[in-house]
Amino acid sequence: MKVEDVVCPFCGCLCDDLVVEVEGTRVVSVENGCTLANEKFLGDNRLTSPIRRAGGAWQQVSYEEAIEETAAILLDADRPLLYGWSGTHGEAQSIGVHLGELLGALIDNTSTVCHGPSIMAIQEVGHPGCTLGQVKNRADVVVYWGTNPIDAHPRHMSRYTTFADGFFLTDAFLERKVIVVDVRKSESANIADEFVKIEPGGDYAVLAALRAIVRGKRSLIPSFVSGVSREQLFRVADTLLGAKFGAIFFGLGLTMSRGRYKNVRNAIELTAELNRHTKWTISPMRGHWNVYGSNEVFTWISGYPYAVDFARGIAFYNPGETTSVDVLRRGECDACLVVASDPGAHFPRACAEHLARIPTVQIDPHVNATTHLARLQIPVAVTGIDAEGTAYRMDGVPIRTRKLFTGRYPSDTDVLMKIYDRVKEEKGHG
Amino acid sequence: MAELLIRNAFVIDPLSGIRGEIKDIAIRDGKIVEDTGANAEVIDAQGCLTLPGGIDSHSHVCGTKVNFGRYMSPEDMRAGRTSRKGVMHVTSGYSVPTTFGNSYRYSTMGYTTVLEGAMAPLEARHTHEEFTATPHQDMLANTLFDGNWSVMEAVRDKDVKRAAAVVAWTLAAVKGFAIKLTNPGGTEAWGFGKDVHSIHDTVPHFGVTPAEIIDTMIRANEILNLPHSVHLHCNNLGVPGNYQTTLETIERVPDLHARRQTLYLTHAQFHSYGGSTWKDISSKSEDIARMVNARPQVAIDMGQVMFGRTTTMTADGPMEFKLYMLHQNKWSNHDVELETGSGIIPVFYSRKSLVNCVMWAIGLELALLTRDPWQCMLSTDNPNGAPFIKYPEIIALLMSRRFRDRESELLEPRTGHYVPLFAIDRELDWYEIAVMTRAAQAKALGITSIGKGHLSPGAEADIAIYPLKPQEIDPSAEYKQVMAGFGKTRYTIKRGRVVSRDGEVVVEGANSTIWTKARIPPELDLSSDPEFVKKFEQYYTVRMSNYPVQDVYLPRGVCIGTEASL
Repeated sequence: MKVEDVVCPFCGCLCDDLVVEVEGTRVVSVENGCTLANEKFLGDNRLTSPIRRAGGAWQQVSYEEAIEETAAILLDADRPLLYGWSGTHGEAQSIGVHLGELLGALIDNTSTVCHGPSIMAIQEVGHPGCTLGQVKNRADVVVYWGTNPIDAHPRHMSRYTTFADGFFLTDAFLERKVIVVDVRKSESANIADEFVKIEPGGDYAVLAALRAIVRGKRSLIPSFVSGVSREQLFRVADTLLGAKFGAIFFGLGLTMSRGRYKNVRNAIELTAELNRHTKWTISPMRGHWNVYGSNEVFTWISGYPYAVDFARGIAFYNPGETTSVDVLRRGECDACLVVASDPGAHFPRACAEHLARIPTVQIDPHVNATTHLARLQIPVAVTGIDAEGTAYRMDGVPIRTRKLFTGRYPSDTDVLMKIYDRVKEEKGHG
Repeated sequence: MAELLIRNAFVIDPLSGIRGEIKDIAIRDGKIVEDTGANAEVIDAQGCLTLPGGIDSHSHVCGTKVNFGRYMSPEDMRAGRTSRKGVMHVTSGYSVPTTFGNSYRYSTMGYTTVLEGAMAPLEARHTHEEFTATPHQDMLANTLFDGNWSVMEAVRDKDVKRAAAVVAWTLAAVKGFAIKLTNPGGTEAWGFGKDVHSIHDTVPHFGVTPAEIIDTMIRANEILNLPHSVHLHCNNLGVPGNYQTTLETIERVPDLHARRQTLYLTHAQFHSYGGSTWKDISSKSEDIARMVNARPQVAIDMGQVMFGRTTTMTADGPMEFKLYMLHQNKWSNHDVELETGSGIIPVFYSRKSLVNCVMWAIGLELALLTRDPWQCMLSTDNPNGAPFIKYPEIIALLMSRRFRDRESELLEPRTGHYVPLFAIDRELDWYEIAVMTRAAQAKALGITSIGKGHLSPGAEADIAIYPLKPQEIDPSAEYKQVMAGFGKTRYTIKRGRVVSRDGEVVVEGANSTIWTKARIPPELDLSSDPEFVKKFEQYYTVRMSNYPVQDVYLPRGVCIGTEASL
């Protein structure tokens, strides 16, 4: 059976034009997908049943037992952490937040090690953005800053920017200028009209220089700013100012290099400044397919996009204090539930070590680095393959992922609802 | 059969012609009935003011831009928070509360139905997700068509049937309730950083004017026989001198409907400015009210501004940018492909600012100068003019000249020279307040026939009982009591069930979402229309099959079906 218009649950592009062929409970072919999509749909080696660590070995347990034990671990904890959420659908994320308030837990998503600094910058200065179709139909200048879409978001350029024809650009590749800013010449830089090579850690200064030029202060610019020549800065600024519609996309090159959220703030303020002259937008290249959904769901329930601490009863948010890495590094948590992400692979060593010391339960379809730190793992259906639910694309457009077949795994929602009910039974109201 | 009997209620039910009498109200299975059996649960209202549940016909509470208002404002989230308690979830936020925060606060003020003022069709799923997390109110969504390419092409081709077909397809696809036009044409122009400055400016690339969009959509709306009229946010919002745009717009409106208005002009306060700059801005409420008084085919809501901190958010992207230039605070913008735009900035309305004082006065003047309360509804364009929790204070201001005079002493001293407010003696009575907070909304939205906004047998048992005894208090003098009373019901009853009591929420709640579906002839169904399908294939970034909002997002959807006159 061929299913059309399938939504890809891999990256924040959330491409929804895949054609996937299914035989029984197996995906046999994928059309229109990038290599990442193909791997996600076809290379699907799943854990077959819940497993529990027993001494040095793993033993299989039933779902009932695993759910009961997870609830017991969470109920027993003084400072539980509910982490992850970016690789599952919104309905499961919503149960997660309610579980957090019931337990007085700390709940956090993968933004904490990704675009968390972007969120902090947005909270200081706002976010002039747009949906990706605005860019596709209108943008004559596109800037990729500290991001390499060809590797990380392989279809971003063909669906939304460089190669995507739109209403106002019928031959986008020729009519649209692409500028890539990075510390090294990436694959994406190879196909750009202009590559701006910055010395590592120099983003803030280069953004500040561009802001100064846009404000008419060319005479202040020294001959080189973080390795970029004044001539190139002038040229780039002229391109930015000459655009009819410009779009900046930025990645972890800005959020996770020296300056962090201040870099992003500077980039947003450059965008706001450019809007006094012409139309510009700026957007973070969100990684996980539904990380933006976790920000949205957390926000409408608790008021904050990530790092929400319910320990005081109210929702409390203070990145640097309530962010997972900081809490784990301080050794504060005494239990952790990991859902749909892999902190074992992404967190600093000290945090991973703490996760290994405390009872960590992982809800995830696959064996990953976190499995090696966990005490218990519950495999679930993969959203977008054998489970469905809401996802938010990197630009905030909500799309419902499809269920291609009914398999033998429960969904994240099924498992989390059972844990929630079990916890609620113990805690009651009040 | 769940039965409830409310005894000794001082009932004002304008749609049933009840202007204040002591009555009993019988309820069975969520509906108002003639009488109940002997075993009905009884609530003694003790002569307290009892009204149909409040209806907000224009508020921003759910969806992409509202949530972004929360996302970007941890300072606002901190400014209002409650912990989990009983059946109540955690809440955060002052001007843009979390969904449960909105729902509980509305509920304790006696509001049982709320219309979200602006839903971008492409992002409708988000609005519906938040609707289900707003459990105490039935929800409806105004659907944005102001910059819709297919609509503008139909307008250009002078093809009103095609415009109607676009509306019908879209409302059914996104489970929307009504047509919303926000700065028509302006949001498309903003796609390239431009705006339109009069209703006769041409929208770049599409060759149509705002006036043509408005005219065509009014006719399309009536062809589809939709319950509500076109819901318009006029061009030039917030611009000194804009009252002329507003008057020109109203003058064009034909009278096409027997039972309700033909055009609903929202947040009229923001569109009633004289002068030419911020330095000489003045109130033109008298001109606007005179025009409204002469045209029964229009209805307005106040868009009252109240002093203090709030967050502005609208689909009117260019206006928010202008506001950002003025305030230099943080600014968010979010344009939506082929459809509309939006913007958000936080603001502080100050009594020390002459401009803000003039704005404050204009909203009140519009309510006091519009003769027929059915034509002017109470609103703050929540949270743009103020968060909706300010409604009780607005009611008190409208009911008490003394309160207004006392407030005048606190304003920027020149205010009196720019506004007529302090020459107006009118004090609204309980009946007029009941009209302006529920009955007029039900009539304007066209939802009386599904049992909203009144208490006659068969109606939904949505009821608010306020701790106010109209026979004992003088609102003109005791305005503080009026304010407190409207702030917290003794009982709020939703579909026959007590949902909150003395400010405490007592049930989790389960709301409905009301949407419209107009039946049109098959030859006008756009599902397989080549031009329309091409929009999705070439210009949208979402496939046509992934665009419609699935039924699963409306666990308790109520569809109002209509038959188009085509």
